Amino acid sequence: MRHAVSYPRFLWRAVGVATDGRLPFYAWMTFLTAVMLVGVNAWAHQVVQGMDVTGMTDHVSWGLYIANFTYLVGLAAGAVTMVIPAYVYHDHEMHDVVIVGEILAVAAIVMALVFVNVDLGRPDRFWHILPGVGRFNWPVSMLTWDVIALGGYLLLNLHITGYLIYMRFLGKPPARRWYLPFVVISIVWAVSIHTVTAFLYSGLGGRPFWNTAILAPRFIASAFVTGPAFVVLALQLVRRFTTFHVGDGALRTLVKIMRVSVLLNLFMVLSEVFTEFYSGGSHTASAKYLYFGLHGHDGLVPWIWTAIALNVVAAVLLLVSDTEKHLRWISLACVLTFVGVWIEKGMGLIVPGFIPSTLHEIVEYRPTETEWRITAGVWALGLMIFTVGLKLATSVFTGKMRHQEGA
Amino acid sequence: MSVDRRTALKGVGATLGAAAFARALAPLTEWTETLSADEFLQRHYKELSWDEMRAVLRRHEAKTEREYGARPTIEDVRPTPGVEFGYALNLSICIGCRKCAEACHVENNHDRSTHQSYIRVLEMSKGSLDMERGRADYDHPVPQPDKFYMPVQCQQCGNPPCVKVCPVEATWKEPDGIVVVDYDWCIGCRYCEAACPYHARRFNWRKPEVPAEEINLVQAYLSNRIRPQGVMEKCTFCLHRTRNGRLPACLEACPTGARVFGDLNDPKSEIRWVLENKRVFVLKEDLGTDPRFFYFFDE
Repeated sequence: MRHAVSYPRFLWRAVGVATDGRLPFYAWMTFLTAVMLVGVNAWAHQVVQGMDVTGMTDHVSWGLYIANFTYLVGLAAGAVTMVIPAYVYHDHEMHDVVIVGEILAVAAIVMALVFVNVDLGRPDRFWHILPGVGRFNWPVSMLTWDVIALGGYLLLNLHITGYLIYMRFLGKPPARRWYLPFVVISIVWAVSIHTVTAFLYSGLGGRPFWNTAILAPRFIASAFVTGPAFVVLALQLVRRFTTFHVGDGALRTLVKIMRVSVLLNLFMVLSEVFTEFYSGGSHTASAKYLYFGLHGHDGLVPWIWTAIALNVVAAVLLLVSDTEKHLRWISLACVLTFVGVWIEKGMGLIVPGFIPSTLHEIVEYRPTETEWRITAGVWALGLMIFTVGLKLATSVFTGKMRHQEGA
Repeated sequence: MSVDRRTALKGVGATLGAAAFARALAPLTEWTETLSADEFLQRHYKELSWDEMRAVLRRHEAKTEREYGARPTIEDVRPTPGVEFGYALNLSICIGCRKCAEACHVENNHDRSTHQSYIRVLEMSKGSLDMERGRADYDHPVPQPDKFYMPVQCQQCGNPPCVKVCPVEATWKEPDGIVVVDYDWCIGCRYCEAACPYHARRFNWRKPEVPAEEINLVQAYLSNRIRPQGVMEKCTFCLHRTRNGRLPACLEACPTGARVFGDLNDPKSEIRWVLENKRVFVLKEDLGTDPRFFYFFDE
């Protein structure tokens, strides 16, 4: 019953922490708010004028939004690279910072969901897809699976992070039965979200470029690159801006994971490229368009080669650098591969699936300014959630924000 | 005192933020004004009773009159039991004139500015059925001697990938084989457009423009009524005509008689004669979509 008093107090204090800080914090949050507002405004125009304001067409009917969606599902799934060492292998240093990964999962899932929604032609009919309220074409439509997978993963991580932070706030040890089963489920669930997202595309027989069994494993491999890459950078910022303890052990483990996954990801890209080009035929048309251009159209060629260059350089940097001695190089590698995978899995995967079209027409796609604005807005929202989450977690974990009886 | 000042500043910040947010969303007010509560709460086509459907149809008629300046008659034409439609196209005599695409454009109240149509005509090289060697954007007199022409529209698949992927059951196959879209239920995710192997689906990237005097006023809920912005649409074999015993507009427009339409269940129909006597093929048979649209050549 005492929670009826202490939980609202926790929430109230959380609001305080989320809106209170020093100048850099205010500057950062104001900046994010401004970017978000630009996005909100662009979206409002898109809803009123129609999706005509995007660069998408009946030929390339998904673009930047779905590219970002796909990438962010991966980022969310990548958070398990912290959860598995922390809870399955009892890596204590990772256990201390695993909350960062869980908060990242929440922020990334929210962004992914928002990206799907800004891609809808009729956002006012969103309720049609809610199970029980609308008409839910489950289990046939993979998109309904994704609704369950993403919604469930969001709830799981909200529960885990919320519970752990709240218990710390109360100064009590968390009860294992209230979080450990959820953590175990979340590990399996993390793999499922990205698998289901890959199945969205790989299940389409009419799109040879996506219709490949390697897509789901490839998605998982790249998720295990971007997740740790983001966290390695975030942990260093946490170290700099808070008194929250971040041990080198956690960074070492993450870099170890990346050393494998970055190569695995490149290996899978290579396998895909080999199969496409060696067998040839019209099946290869999209890959040709992507890597070399097709019949004089080469809009994606610079993108994909940039992605490959970034990923290869990142792989080399990760393999030759020592985590403690060359943390700067490691950080650079993280930035490079974070961007590299974003291109490879976004623009380099979603867009060429549509080029050439199913009737072999070549219509190219370029995102418009509206799309870039909305995209920036969604990222700003996600970073805001991540920032607030981190601030709350670090304040509670360092004891700055804690429950005082009778206070 | 400093705490007070801080709180005051926070209050100012929050107020400014909220105001900016409202300002950023302002364009939406114009849009929500056109959206009534009835429209917002309308149930799926299959869940509407006769009375509800009648009210929906009248509302759409009034809305079209208000927004486009002409009042159509919108009916909910249902399939005839026992009928299953099929379409066949003779590639030997199609000359690629695109009269079918034009007729579709007019019949189905397509957006004028984009010159939308459910039919794309491919100009193919003789000696190959490889679409990669075809072109849809040819712009010269037809027919060219070294070419043949292949119009492509919805194949009304027996196993439609578009229906499978729709997350909200906004598109389905009717008993007479026609794949339809409930334009009032579609959320506009365009998953069906990605899934279709025949480029048969179209999205309303903006509100269609049709001058009042050009609107085809004979409309049906599931076919040619003017579509809302932000939803999918597709060829319906002109169900507002064919379910009332008429032929599709594209067939009537064809100057060479290349098109054959009819009931696959009627052994005496012309379409059955074609299927039984001609060398018939379907597009992308390997995908297992089981089309109800057939192509054939004369000897």
